[in-house]
This record gives sequence, structure tokens and C-alpha cells, in this order.
Amino acid sequence: MLAELSDHVMDIAMNSVRAGSKNISISVIAAKEQNLLTVTISDDGTGMTAEMLKVASDPFFSTKKKKKVGLGISLLQGATQMCGGEFSLESTPGEGTTVRATFALDHPDLPPMGNLKETILLLCVSNPEVRFVFRYRLEGGEIVLDTNEIQEVLGGVPINNPQVIGFLQRYLDERL
Amino acid sequence: MNLDELKAIREKAKKDIQLRQKEARIKIVVGMGTSGIASGAREVLRSFVDEIAGRNLVDVMVTQTGEKGFASQEPMIEVLEEGKPGVIYGNMDAEKARKVVAEHIVKGNPVLEYVIETS
Repeated sequence: MLAELSDHVMDIAMNSVRAGSKNISISVIAAKEQNLLTVTISDDGTGMTAEMLKVASDPFFSTKKKKKVGLGISLLQGATQMCGGEFSLESTPGEGTTVRATFALDHPDLPPMGNLKETILLLCVSNPEVRFVFRYRLEGGEIVLDTNEIQEVLGGVPINNPQVIGFLQRYLDERL
Repeated sequence: MNLDELKAIREKAKKDIQLRQKEARIKIVVGMGTSGIASGAREVLRSFVDEIAGRNLVDVMVTQTGEKGFASQEPMIEVLEEGKPGVIYGNMDAEKARKVVAEHIVKGNPVLEYVIETS
């Protein structure tokens, strides 16, 4: 259903946004020596209780009230299982949640990375009230971006201002 | 990161903001739940972000939400403008998003052929 890792990252990060997180940290690290790709998304949102954790990987679980299906977690978990990886979900109510997924880098079923820098841009610009910290180390390069640093320089000009968006696009294009 | 460039943008943007003296005039909400992402909401969101930057639409902001309960018509977006009914568009793609910006956001004429509901 979600074809690319960049989509999984976007999807899990949006869970964090909807859980009321103020700080979301996202890392995607490819370690060739260990043949390991590690994706970690941690937040300081509402978190989940032990019972919620138990069912969170169930494709038919969702915290959303209506009929909605909370598919994202189970989709990512399924993707890791297909690629000889591991999946962990840790959460403490009131403190936050950490999702960690690993993949064997050379696995034939490894989903394409997709446009991971676009994921950065879209998350920052459409959730200006959240502080994001991104750490990517991929074949194409390395990037560390903390939206707090950008906000500090901007001094009150919103990160979703059109010219700031243009700046971020250029900046990300130079890096990855 | 080239902070000087960012500082220059800040100074210019501050002047723009003082000139306009107001908050976002229009909010575009893109449904980015799992099914929205799976059906292409990401390209739609990207298209809006690019249009806002490219046309320097300082009074328009784009934001994300979860599913809106019309899963069969994803990707979906809603255009919210103060004092007007919200307009929900369905089955969007990048091209349609550009048309919504050009016609609805800029000229004020909703693109009726893509509208699935008004609120």
C-alpha cells in the first residue's frame, strides 16, 4: 500500500503530529558495513498505554473515533518483516512514542527510499508548530536539520513563508 | 546552512508581513492519513507547497490532517477561507492542485468539477 520508505516515514510522523507532539525526531541511517538500514521516529506526544501498544500493530486498530483504520504501523512492521529486519514500538503515556524499524540493506524486497528530502520539506512546511529534527545518512549524502535552528534565525517569520519554503527546497537539493 | 541567505529572507518577509498585517487568508488542508498517502496525497501536497513558494502566496498556508471519511475519493483536500463555506475537493492529483491554486486560491473561483462537498 505504501510503496516507498519516504511514504512510511511521512505516515508514521503524521501519527506523531496527530498525537499532539511538540518535538518529533526522525532518523534514517544506512550503515553499509552492517548491511543495515535503520528508521527511527520518536515523539513527545500523548503516547500509548500497554493495551494500546498490544493492538497497535493490528491492522484493524485505530485511536481515531470513526471507522478509520490505523494501518500505518502494521504496514511498516510488515515491510520490515519482509526484509529480514526488526520492528519495535515503545511508548509511555504522557511521554511519547518511539518507532524503530530496521531492514537488511541488500534485501531484494527493500522498498525504494523514495523522496526522503521531500518528506522533510512537506512535514516542516505543513506542521510549522512542530519542532522536527531530521538525521539522514544515506548513500547520496548526509543531512542534519533541526527546525528550531531555522526558527531562531527566522525570528518570528513562519517556516511556511513562501520564500523560506524556496530556501528549504534549495538547501535540501544541495544536500541529498 | 547558509544563514545569511535565511536572514535576508527574514528581513524581506518581515516587510511583507507588515504590509499585509494579517494571518493566513486561506488554509488548504490536505488529507494525509495512510490511505491518503497511499493514493497520492503526497504529490498533491507537494504541488500546493511548490505553488505557494513559486507564486509567493504569503497569505496562504497548507496543512495536513488525517482521513476525512471519504476514503473512496482520496486524495482529498479542503480549502478554508474566512467568512466563506469550506470547499472539499476529491480525487486530486498534482495537476488538479495547480488548477485549484490558479482558479480558486488566486482568482476566487472554486473549480466546480473537482468539488465533492461544501461545508
